[in-house]
Amino acid sequence: MQSSAFMTRKELIGFLILAALIFIVFPVALDNFRLNLFGKYLTYAFVAVGLALCWGAGGILSLGQGVFFGLGGYCMAMFLKLEASTPENTAIQSTPGIPDFMDWNQLKELPWWWEPFYSLPIALAAVVAVPVIFAFIIGVAMFTRRVGGVYFAIITQAFAAIMTILIIGQQGYTGGVNGITDLRTLMGWDIRTDEAKTILYFVNGALLFVVLLVAQYVRKSKLGRLLIAMRDQEDRVRFSGYNVANFKIFIFCLGAAFAGIGGAMFTLQVGFMSPTLVGIVPSIEMVIFCAVGGRLSILGAVYGALLVNWAKTSLSESFPELWLLGLGALFIAVVMFFPNGLAGVWSEKIEPRLLALFNQKKPSRPTPDGAPAE
Amino acid sequence: MTERFILKVEDLTVSFDGFKAVDHLSFYVEPNECRVIIGPNGAGKTTVLDLICGRTKATEGSVQFKNKELLAMREDQIVHAGVGRKFQTPSVYEDLTVFENLELSYPKGHGVFGALAFKRDAAVRARIADIAETIFLDDQLDEKAAFLSHGQKQWLEIGMLLIQDPELLMLDEPVAGMSVAERKKTAELLNRIIQDRSVIVIEHDMGFVADIATRVTVLHQGKTLSEGTMERVQNDPKVVEVYLGH
Repeated sequence: MQSSAFMTRKELIGFLILAALIFIVFPVALDNFRLNLFGKYLTYAFVAVGLALCWGAGGILSLGQGVFFGLGGYCMAMFLKLEASTPENTAIQSTPGIPDFMDWNQLKELPWWWEPFYSLPIALAAVVAVPVIFAFIIGVAMFTRRVGGVYFAIITQAFAAIMTILIIGQQGYTGGVNGITDLRTLMGWDIRTDEAKTILYFVNGALLFVVLLVAQYVRKSKLGRLLIAMRDQEDRVRFSGYNVANFKIFIFCLGAAFAGIGGAMFTLQVGFMSPTLVGIVPSIEMVIFCAVGGRLSILGAVYGALLVNWAKTSLSESFPELWLLGLGALFIAVVMFFPNGLAGVWSEKIEPRLLALFNQKKPSRPTPDGAPAE
Repeated sequence: MTERFILKVEDLTVSFDGFKAVDHLSFYVEPNECRVIIGPNGAGKTTVLDLICGRTKATEGSVQFKNKELLAMREDQIVHAGVGRKFQTPSVYEDLTVFENLELSYPKGHGVFGALAFKRDAAVRARIADIAETIFLDDQLDEKAAFLSHGQKQWLEIGMLLIQDPELLMLDEPVAGMSVAERKKTAELLNRIIQDRSVIVIEHDMGFVADIATRVTVLHQGKTLSEGTMERVQNDPKVVEVYLGH
């Protein structure tokens, strides 16, 4: 039967398993250091979920998601930096009360566009708004001119490069290549302690689930089906009375909003933000997380982000030079052998066997879609 | 005052790097008329449909639909004005089911937020069931469009247009590539759906053309060679020469 339900039983189970992993298994099984690392991995999952919608469903490949991750992260970092730069803390500077890197770069006063970031509500709003506005401008410029496919991917990659160069070049305003470091407190609450990091891990997990539920809603709405239709037959959608550009702009902005939240959570949990998280390499890595997880699946995207990052940490601890080669090989292997990533392996190989096993033990009438009968 | 013509194409010209695919073409379509466009390959038939629905931008001329200038409108606005277009190769969404294909063509929730809030209510289901029966696909509603036969995909796309209920329906070779049985069924389907609306059809099958056409326009090198009833056109020496001369 045609169902437009928000979540099928199978999907609900998938959500619950992920929730159990993030909220129970990881916190119990991992020490504080590792848990914080996993929290960091999960911030990339925000980006990967956005990519699963943009790229997987809508066919819009962005190689510049790092820009939005970075913008969200910088907005958060600017607030935290201002809070850390009280006149008492910065008394040894020639201009006390401004962030240390500004002082090193002979700035005498805070630039006007830093001022709003004294306010937490404004900073939090900016975490989402700045990436969205940026994505909106790119989206309008590209999609209304019908720039798509490879050209769009290349242009977004160029934006990632431009953004890095801009941040590094404007050292006095952005902290340059070092980024914004030495972040200490959030409204007086020390974010560097183990306890704070654990709490932030849970906040991060909860936010990830909010994002996942929003993504699920979009996927299940008519807009989600339109994205798939646009990917397959853009002209048919256009000549069915839809303004295709608006839908692309929307989903690109949504992906940017997710990435921005992820970036802000990265800043909070890791304690700094730097241009190395904005540029071309991290942007491409984010696409790989999504590809490994299975670009059609939002839950797959989370697993992809977790698994690839975990492999990265483990491998680069022992073989630092080999990691990038391994990542490249992984990407090629996924594209060639598992085009639907982990999610594809699960739904094509593992799940049917599990179901067969399940149905053998407890004979029940299978429903046509292969799900166990209720 | 009622307008005599629903569609007025005047002086329509498009030139691709100096080559005039459509050259100062004018023709008029009346309400409830079924106009068939025929002509040898490269005569500009598909280009004419592309120009009317906004897929190709005209170099000069005017296309007025119910006194609205279509050339100044975006593709989706033209659709909302009441013009539906079927492509030559079946364009359906292969990854979606027949039901979903029809649902996306249902004329509601066309904006971003409209699509987000769109509900699959009883009216939508009833209309889709209705159309599915018309296009002989009521048993395949839950099937992915990718698994349909070529003929069924053509029907599905026709159904996607029907659900929009356009006042002007443009069909580009609707029976091309169909088996004899499918062709017969399609002719029957088209005969039914061209009632109560204006239709422009591009077709090569002369038996089929004679069956459905109110009037026929023969295109040759982007210009009208002959126009009138099927009988008149068939006996026009210019038409005979172009067709036999090739």
